[in-house]
This record gives sequence, C-alpha cells and structure tokens, in this order.
Amino acid sequence: MREKILSAIDKNSKLTAKDLSAMLGSTEEEVATIIKQLEEETIICGYPTLINWDKTESEKVTALIEVKVTPQRGQGFDKIAERIYKFDEVESVYLMSGGFDLTVIIEGKSMKEVANFVSSKLAPMEAILSTATHFVLKKYKEHGMPLVHEKSDERMLITP
Amino acid sequence: MRNPLSKTVVEIQPSGIRKFFDIVSEMKDAISLGVGEPDFDTPWHIREEGIYSLEKGRTFYTSNAGLKELKIEICNYLHRRYDLHYDSNSETIVTVGGSEAIDISLRAMLDPGDEVLIPQPCYVSYLPCVKLAGGKPVIIELKAEDQFKLTGEQLINSITDKTKVLILPFPNNPTGAIMEYEDLVEIVKIVKEKDLYVISDEIYSELTYGKKHVSIAEFPGMKERTILINGFSKSYAMTGWRLGYAVGPSSIIAEMIKIHQFAIMCAPTTSQYAAIEALKNGDPDVEMMRDAYDQRRKYLIHAFHEMGLDCFEPFGAFYVFPCIKSLGMTSDEFATTLLKEEKVAVVPGTAFGDCGEGFLRISYAYSIENLKIAIERIDNFLKRYKKV
Repeated sequence: MREKILSAIDKNSKLTAKDLSAMLGSTEEEVATIIKQLEEETIICGYPTLINWDKTESEKVTALIEVKVTPQRGQGFDKIAERIYKFDEVESVYLMSGGFDLTVIIEGKSMKEVANFVSSKLAPMEAILSTATHFVLKKYKEHGMPLVHEKSDERMLITP
Repeated sequence: MRNPLSKTVVEIQPSGIRKFFDIVSEMKDAISLGVGEPDFDTPWHIREEGIYSLEKGRTFYTSNAGLKELKIEICNYLHRRYDLHYDSNSETIVTVGGSEAIDISLRAMLDPGDEVLIPQPCYVSYLPCVKLAGGKPVIIELKAEDQFKLTGEQLINSITDKTKVLILPFPNNPTGAIMEYEDLVEIVKIVKEKDLYVISDEIYSELTYGKKHVSIAEFPGMKERTILINGFSKSYAMTGWRLGYAVGPSSIIAEMIKIHQFAIMCAPTTSQYAAIEALKNGDPDVEMMRDAYDQRRKYLIHAFHEMGLDCFEPFGAFYVFPCIKSLGMTSDEFATTLLKEEKVAVVPGTAFGDCGEGFLRISYAYSIENLKIAIERIDNFLKRYKKV
C-alpha cells in the first residue's frame, strides 16, 4: 500500500487521503496514517508544485554546474555537498560517477546573479578544484511532465 | 429514376450513439465521459517504430493476411498470455481493427437465414454486421442481476435449429462485465452440444481487474469452433492505427482472408510495424495503463455508492454501467438533462440495445481530475432529482 500511495502521488500531490482511499480500495484513515508515517520517515520530503516559470513575467535563470572536488578524509563527499546545498540558490545537488563529482543546479534571477554565486561562493571553496557552468536555455520536461506543448483531449466527445 | 439503395442497408438503424454525439458537439464546455477509447497516447516506443518504418520507406502493401513477423508475434502473445496455440501462417489474419474482423468472420460463416445470437447490451456493430452478412440476429437480453453475464439458461432458450453462431463480447462494452472460468463452463457445454460456432470479441482482454481474462478458446474442443478477435486499440491505446486480428480454424480463416483480400487488400503497413513493437516490448505499458484504469474504476464505483447510485462492480473494460431506474427517468432523458443542466456527457444504455434502458454507460478513460469534476456535477444533478 505504501508503494501504491507513493506512485499515485508522485505525479499528483493534490490527491487527498479520501481520493486515494477510493482509488486504491482502502480506507481514508489507513491512507492518512500511512502518509503521516511516510512524512515522518522523510520518505515524503515535501509537496512542491511544478511551475513553468518561462510562462510567467518573472525572470529566472537555471544553471547546471559540473563540480570537481577533493573529498575530505573521513567525510567523503557528504560534507562538501552539504556546504553547497545549504545555499538557498542551490536547487539540487547530485553526486556523480564519471568525469566530475557533483552536479549542482542553481536558480537565480539573472545570469549575473548565478555568475556571482559561482565566482564568489562556490569556486573559492577550499575543497573545490574546478567548476564548469552550463546555462539552461529552455526546459522541455521536468519530473516526467512535458512543459512545452499543451495537450488537449483530441478524442471525439462520444464514441461507441 | 430507380431507387439506388439496397433495402438491407436502408433498414439498418443508424447507431443510437450518433444522435447523442450531435447534441454533445453543440455544447462547447461539456465534460464528456462518453468515449470508448483510451485517454493515453500510444506509448512512444511504439509510435517511434511506426515513424521509423515510414522513414525506411516501408510504404508498400503487405501480404494479405499481414506481415509474417507480426503474425508470429500475435501467436507468441496468445501463447504467453492465454496458453493458446495457433499457427501464424494458416490460423491468423491481421485486420483493420477488431471491427473488420467482426464483419468478415460473420460474412465468412453465414448463409441467408442463419441465426446469430447476440447478447445485449453490447457494442453497436454486431447487429448490423449480421444483417449485412445476410444472417438473422437473435438478441439475448442480459440482466443486471446476473452482473450482465451470459447464463446457460438464457443461451439454451435462444437456440433454434437455425442457430449457427454465438457472439461472445466479453469483457463487455458497455457494461464492463466479464465471463469467468466457471461462467464459461456451462456455455462451452451447450455450444458443443448444439454444434454452434463462437465469435469471441476479446478486444478488452488486457483490461480486467483483479481477475485474469479467460478465453473460451482455452477450453478443450473449443479452438475448433471459435474465431477469437482481438486487437491493439484498447490494450496499447492504438485506436487510430486501426489494427486488429482474428485467429481460428484454418478453414474459416482462409475464407476470411479471401474477403479481406478483395475488400481491403491488407491492414495499414505502418500500423503493422508499430504493432510488432507493441507485442514485443509493450507488456509494461499495458500493465501501467491497467493499474491507472483500475484506480479510476475504484474511484468511480466508490463515488457512485456514496451518492447512492445503484451500480454493480464491473471487472473489465473501462466502463461502469450504473442503474438510474430509481429516478423515474429513461436513460435518454437522464443523459439529455444531465448534459443540458450540468454539462456532463454520458451515453444512454439504450444505445447498446433496448435492454440497456434504465442504465448509463460511463467511461473512465479520463484523468482522476476530470472524473472528480464530473462526479461533483453528477452529484448535484442527483440531489436535484432524487425522489425522497
């Protein structure tokens, strides 16, 4: 039931415990209890909204930064990752296999703000060897959902 | 001038759904729960295979009965899912949707005056196809108290010396009813005893919930008397590709190929290439869609029970078939008034046969968000009209 609830709300966090219980053939109480547990165990970490900011007035810039670091003795990459993700500008941080170590995704109001952050906050950190900043030009799909084209129901209204 | 029209064709009534479609199309902001096709797009890897076949210039006719590779995959699939063994060469034909298979199987089997048993409520095309093939349709009225299953008693009471074919449309559109193993045992016995043939339309076979679909062809001695029809429209969300198939005794399939050869030539080539991919790698898609339908099904039934609408639990297809008799309206009145006042389109049960009177077909091939809005509106409607 936990798995079922998670996959149902993965793409739609607006579903209420009542909806979920009807969809999954359970009771509202059971679903509510499980969701509470999942939140307490931080398996469910939050309920953000997927927004296509490009369609709004507000200016936003996203950059993906490849970061090479020297791991610290006894702490590996976790400590340095934490120092990075604590900045509010940082949207996501992933530890990577391959040619570099961390992927850092930054959101800022302008290219200048992002550049400033990289040069004054990120690059100077002691453990960081190098950074390579890539700006996002257009977002097509996020969290499994296309942001670009609007989908309308093209089916005929009534068919046998 | 002479009358240019055939009497047989003129006598055939246009589909009851058509009339309702015209009313709905006038309403711009109506929510429809009236469609008989999936809301999912065809999975991308299947579409991509279709595009690729076009890029490669595979734009020619295929052999009449279909691409060899596709026929082999169809037989593999039937073996994998239902433990059925068919020869891909002599016992398989690829058709333009399940619809064509219905038409040509009847035309291959009927002589004038042969009677065909059609359990109703059912899909709209069996009856006209029987008439066009020169046969005589005999309706069996299925009952809500039997969960719209066909019973042995009903079957035996409808058989005459002229009965040749039984159409078995399960999982059923519009009722969502399925025939389970135990339900089929008796049917099989009677079919054999009375020396009938069966056209089993199993287009919704992948869409059953909590109970696996059983094909009547799985029963010993039934493969020889069954034309099994299936296709890609419902299970892989490929309605617009127009691709289906039939398997059965080689003697019947050979005659069907003959009609198909002269009337159609072959099923669309692009669709056939896409269908190979669907059968090879589409199982996870089918499962994903089935799970989604099941959630919506449970959601709808739950909602109907909460608002006090009488509704048996359907285990197949993507329809629920609630009863509205307690409101004292006909299906047509209910559907028309609901559309006018709450802008929700549903299909009156009568579109699928007279015995659908008092019922509505409600499709759950829609997102939960969509269903939610529709249910609120139906609830408002019921509150207004429910008799105290």
